[in-house]
Amino acid sequence: MDKHLSSQFDNELHSISSRVMELGGLVESQIRQAIFALSHFNMDVANAVVEAEQKVNLMEVEIDHDIASVIGRRQPTARDLRLLMAMSKTTANLERVGDEAEKIARMVKSIIESGSARALPCSELNVASELASGLLRKALDALARLDVQTALVILKEDDLIDQEFDGFVRKLITYMMEDPRTISPSLDLLFLAKAIERIGDHAKNIAEFIIYIVKGADVRHTSLAEVESVVR
Amino acid sequence: MPTTPILEEKTAIEVRNLSFFYGTFKGLMDINLNIAEHKVTAFIGPSGCGKSTLLRTFNRMYSLYPGQRAEGQIKLYGQDILDAGQDLNLLRARVGMVFQKPTPFPMSIYDNIAFGVRLYENLNRSDMDDRVEWALSKAAIWNEVKDKLGQSGLSLSGGQQQRLCIARGIAVKPSVLLLDEPTSALDPISTGKVEELISTLKNDYTVVIVTHNMQQAARVSDYTAYMYLGELIEFGQTEAIFMKPKRQETEDYITGRFG
Repeated sequence: MDKHLSSQFDNELHSISSRVMELGGLVESQIRQAIFALSHFNMDVANAVVEAEQKVNLMEVEIDHDIASVIGRRQPTARDLRLLMAMSKTTANLERVGDEAEKIARMVKSIIESGSARALPCSELNVASELASGLLRKALDALARLDVQTALVILKEDDLIDQEFDGFVRKLITYMMEDPRTISPSLDLLFLAKAIERIGDHAKNIAEFIIYIVKGADVRHTSLAEVESVVR
Repeated sequence: MPTTPILEEKTAIEVRNLSFFYGTFKGLMDINLNIAEHKVTAFIGPSGCGKSTLLRTFNRMYSLYPGQRAEGQIKLYGQDILDAGQDLNLLRARVGMVFQKPTPFPMSIYDNIAFGVRLYENLNRSDMDDRVEWALSKAAIWNEVKDKLGQSGLSLSGGQQQRLCIARGIAVKPSVLLLDEPTSALDPISTGKVEELISTLKNDYTVVIVTHNMQQAARVSDYTAYMYLGELIEFGQTEAIFMKPKRQETEDYITGRFG
């Protein structure tokens, strides 16, 4: 990106961006660990995810503090201001992704502790969780490169996760109707699936912020067709 | 050239194909813009961009200097003020001006206000008293000076002097008030008071302000014009200029980047 008259200002913006990327990396590994813990019913990995949550929370607070400080001292405008707003919101979304990962890990722990681990058809969730973590990674890559075309692709792919989720819910309903004994584990699975679906939503939000930074258009709550016309 | 679509608002000043010359040097290049009535319009840009030059054409301040001339049209409510037949004193009563450094006359606070009024109107003592109080109140300085109207205007602080000058400017009931960097010599508190004053003045006057302080333009103005090397680069609603300017040059300037 082109340089400001104040190189210190450049440094501050770069520092905030790289901190957000660092947070993104941390959260991404949290998800991957949570999914691993789920598919392998691994207590240690589930514990590690829960522990990482504290670090994520701390980073969120630090990044927002840095952003507020730059806004207060530099009075950024236009693209700089949009970048900082978007970074703050991205941070909030990443922290929420961390929360979802933590929820999954806590769920895995309680399933292991209840001893009913093997009875659950968790492999059903693998497709959705791969999609979701892949989407988040893609969103972070696009954010690092401020790539609006990829952002647009992410918005489209989030629909896939939503479809996957809907299909999964229908499947669970079938299980539960056939055999009421599967109701309890099915509800656990529903909870896990919802957490995964949310991760996709957060990735989508981040993609929308990328378009906001680059194009200056707020594309939240607009149709895909409208977003496409903005990006073009 | 950027167009100037101001809809739904009355235009106070319409600038058409305005060029300005300092001798052979062309200081303004074919400027077109509309100044909306009862709004604050700010001119920003680096030193030498022509923003003060443009401001000074609105009351033909430049006519004081030989060798300076303007070409094109500046219509004040439809009437071209660049016409040779334009009465300059009348024009300056309609288009008041406040400068960077406070310029109170070396006379009493009361007479600072009354002086200009006497040039245009013949008021009796009581009406003049009312006018002085009205102007000082409008300029948000009445409470600070009402007990010392006989004291010299020069005895006031810088911020008070500047508000006195604004009071003097509005005492003759102009329709347009030009402010040429009105707060650059003031401390932050006085600046805040003048900015607050500007936002109340626009209920009655059309205000045009030149400022080096971009944040000030962002705070007080409804419309902002960015100028560079005598050209109007971009003109639009202040919010659009500061959030999402259309031109890269504007973006570079307001975000503090190299051009």
